[in-house]
Amino acid sequence: MVIIDQKLCKGCGICVSLCPKQALALNEVNKSYYAHPDVCIHCGMCELWCPDYAIIVERESKE
Amino acid sequence: MAKQAMLLQGNQACAFGALAAGVRFFAGYPITPSTEIAEILAQELPKVNGRFIQMEDEIASMGAVLGASLANVKAITATSGPGFSLKQELIGYASMAQIPSVIINVQRVGPSTGMATSPAQGDVMQARWGTHGDHTIIALSPASVLECYTLMIDAVNMAEKYRTPVIFLMDEVIGHMREDVRLPEDEELTIVNRKVITNSDQLPYKSEADGVAPMSIFGEGHYFHVTGLSHDETGFPQNGGDVVKANIDWLNEKIDRNLDDIIRYEAIDCQDADYIIIAYGGTSRSALQAKILLEKQNIRCGFLCLKTIWPFPYEAVKTICQHAKMVVFPEMNCGQLVGEVRKILPDKVVPFNRYDGQLMLPEEIAAVVENAVKEGK
Amino acid sequence: MRDELKPYFRENRLPHIWCPGCGHGIIMGALARAMAKMDIDKKNTAVISGIGCSSRATGYLDFDTLHTAHGRALAFATGYKMVKPESKVIVLTGDGDCTAIGGNHLIHVARRNIDLTTIVFNNNIYGMTGGQYSPLTPNGSKATTSPYGNLERNFDLVQLAKGAGATFIARSTVYHVNQLTDLIIKGINHKGFSLIEVVTQCPTNYGRKNKMGSPAQMMLWQKEHAVTKAQADKMTAEELKDKFIVGLLHQEEAPEYTEQYAKMVANLMGGDDK
Repeated sequence: MVIIDQKLCKGCGICVSLCPKQALALNEVNKSYYAHPDVCIHCGMCELWCPDYAIIVERESKE
Repeated sequence: MAKQAMLLQGNQACAFGALAAGVRFFAGYPITPSTEIAEILAQELPKVNGRFIQMEDEIASMGAVLGASLANVKAITATSGPGFSLKQELIGYASMAQIPSVIINVQRVGPSTGMATSPAQGDVMQARWGTHGDHTIIALSPASVLECYTLMIDAVNMAEKYRTPVIFLMDEVIGHMREDVRLPEDEELTIVNRKVITNSDQLPYKSEADGVAPMSIFGEGHYFHVTGLSHDETGFPQNGGDVVKANIDWLNEKIDRNLDDIIRYEAIDCQDADYIIIAYGGTSRSALQAKILLEKQNIRCGFLCLKTIWPFPYEAVKTICQHAKMVVFPEMNCGQLVGEVRKILPDKVVPFNRYDGQLMLPEEIAAVVENAVKEGK
Repeated sequence: MRDELKPYFRENRLPHIWCPGCGHGIIMGALARAMAKMDIDKKNTAVISGIGCSSRATGYLDFDTLHTAHGRALAFATGYKMVKPESKVIVLTGDGDCTAIGGNHLIHVARRNIDLTTIVFNNNIYGMTGGQYSPLTPNGSKATTSPYGNLERNFDLVQLAKGAGATFIARSTVYHVNQLTDLIIKGINHKGFSLIEVVTQCPTNYGRKNKMGSPAQMMLWQKEHAVTKAQADKMTAEELKDKFIVGLLHQEEAPEYTEQYAKMVANLMGGDDK
């Protein structure tokens, strides 16, 4: 599960571009969202790379 | 009671005064004619659990002083004109962030390198207006070796009490002059320590009734922020016009409202004097001698020695001098502090200036009055 | 934000002022994670910065924080550490702040070996003032003040720090954020002056001018141009030309200045350190 705080996200696109599985995308208001949970491997890099502390990757939880 | 008499140099007395005031940190950079202060404190500070460091440059020295002061020690630096110029930005930082600190400037001839071992009083306006931005400042100027000691304690006390940088404006004459002095006993001294915040609920930049905020001390678990940016009561940056204005007003008012406490001067025989000589620092010695020479000629001459030069004691000077026919203001510059007297006594004040690195002779100051007497002024 | 990181931030001051895609937030995040991992003693830690984009970090970190004047963070930190040798002091600075206007303090604090952990946010540009070249702007790069390409040679900060006597020197990038966090922990634990250069991106004022693409593309540039010491040892000078070396690059033990001074004080006071 990837939780993205829409208030903190500045829409820079780092998480979207660097995600090894393309699990994230930018929505119509230019904020990142968890577009493809099925491909996510919960590597956690998007959380570490987010300059705005908007992302939390929950490794245990299952959809 | 006083201690045993000893032969001391002004710079020595200044360093001993700092120690007596509780100064436990010095950072500096070698510069003539102030270096003895650093040398003495390098020797003495570690003996009293103090810290001395010779920094890589003048700016670094001022930065280290402010860093140390934030850790709740009394911290000072000493320099001369070229170094004083370099320190200005951080003196402004000390004013803005309200960090107690004393900057000793043993003045020499300028501009630029000028003459390192010759006296001048050319940094008087720089002491007042040297940093960018609007803020008032305290500047004290000792006129004797004993005052290098006693007034230095006042300087440290004022820095602590008002959370402000204080300029200790000496000159080469005072710094290098040796006199037989009896220093006061330690128990006769009044030592002031800054007010400090005791819990994190207090706002670090909220003035109390006395116009001063208790200081946030690092390492106490309060997690305060200190910045040179315009800030509000919390200490965090704030650009709102009201907040910015209120902060600048505060910096000025905490000093301007306490003039009775801050202003020091000595008036001798001024009450019935036809002529008054005003002086400060090194020129005071010649000025006092000039007064004595004039008395011998039955000329009624008073002497007003200013110890606090900033904030300028307008009220005192006006009250003391307004009945005199003429006020003579000798300075070792092209005429700086005399401008303040002109603001209040424009028709009475006459400047007398030397800026050749030479001491002023009592005779040449007296001659200004003698000529006026001859001309019936 | 993850709960474990919250004690290290002044959450009410977020979001920070940095531009979208600026790498500085990644460095500040790595610092907070490093502090969380080592369970740093907050009360005994001060964070001190200079002026510039990087130095705004102190406003967001929930510590005793000191935002000093341009270039002067290390000078303030020296005075502070002299008085409080027992405290951890972390200095946050930028390439211009640290190596241009503050360059003199950098070499002397390294020479004295004062126990400060200095993190240099190297985005190769003066960001806050709108993109002027700094001593770490690569030769040939464009900036508002080098519109025809930078004629100046840039410092190699690692070599500079080494020459000045730093006892812990590391370099990483915001792309290599796990390595960065690890190096910050090592730097804070090192007794002596530690310098960690972090290559970060300024998409607004450097990337755009030098056609480096999006923030993510700038981070991929970091990935492609960073090599380890082991890799570099096997590469030719020609192959290394546009590369930089990352990792822990130098560490030695040497007497720490404030500790030495405290010992001298104890001796002079007859062993009674009061």
